[in-house]
Amino acid sequence: MNSVSEYLAMGGYAVFVWPAYGLTLFVLLLLLGTSIGNYRAQKRALEERDPEGKRSRS
Amino acid sequence: MHRFANPARFMRLSGVVLPWVAAASALVLGAGLYLSLFVAPPDYQQGESVRIMFVHVPAAVMAMGVYALMALASAVALIWRHPLADIAAQEAAPIGAGFTLICLVTGSLWGKPMWGTWWVWDARLTSVLVLFFLYIGYLALINAFDDAYRGGRAGAILALVGVVNLPVIKFSVDWWNTLHQPASIVRMGGPAIDKSMLMPLLVMMLGFALFFVTVHLIRIRAAVLERRLRAQRLDDSVAA
Repeated sequence: MNSVSEYLAMGGYAVFVWPAYGLTLFVLLLLLGTSIGNYRAQKRALEERDPEGKRSRS
Repeated sequence: MHRFANPARFMRLSGVVLPWVAAASALVLGAGLYLSLFVAPPDYQQGESVRIMFVHVPAAVMAMGVYALMALASAVALIWRHPLADIAAQEAAPIGAGFTLICLVTGSLWGKPMWGTWWVWDARLTSVLVLFFLYIGYLALINAFDDAYRGGRAGAILALVGVVNLPVIKFSVDWWNTLHQPASIVRMGGPAIDKSMLMPLLVMMLGFALFFVTVHLIRIRAAVLERRLRAQRLDDSVAA
């Protein structure tokens, strides 16, 4: 347990290191999540209009 | 080039490639995070704070690389009116802005313990902040027009004009007296960084690049569908 808390302390720099990694993860996941969400929304909207894909204009 | 200009063909190809790129990026990023947080040694001067480098530097590289790609796609869109180039440029911007934000904030988090300051108006930091403003300005510009085509053209010109900032960022540490450290990787005489740190850094760079390709493809695919939707709506309103 001691070495885990030692590791997390990052030699005293924890307050800088973990927010840096945290923000990175947050921004990357946000980009990924919103991109996938938008793709699915567009796909759904197209499928509602044209369920058999007959009208594919490009 | 004309073979890939067909959006339907692009949708088929990207649909096949995407799962593989996504899986590769997850694996490489996972490996990179493990190397960065557990394998890489602490620095003799910076201690464990050096681990910030493994997210800060790849983000910086991507911030510039994505902008270069945006500028290239914009040039192709303006010169050849390639149907997908315009989409590729526009869909890269949010991702590039994200990387730039990561670079700036992780840089501050590294600067505070190491330099004693969250920010300094030196050439490198200032020019990367300008890059961030260029991304935001580009996103605002393409959305400011009623006619999406004209918005795209305006954005393309802004992207090309802003390219001059990239060599300024790269060479800022040579041309000016900066607090930001000089080049340690791409420099005369080869990398100045120890292999034990260079390896995790390169893996994270690859991971970020694969992540970009994954998200970029998803966004382009969504944009193609959106255009299809708009075209159908237009057809309907004309037919009615």
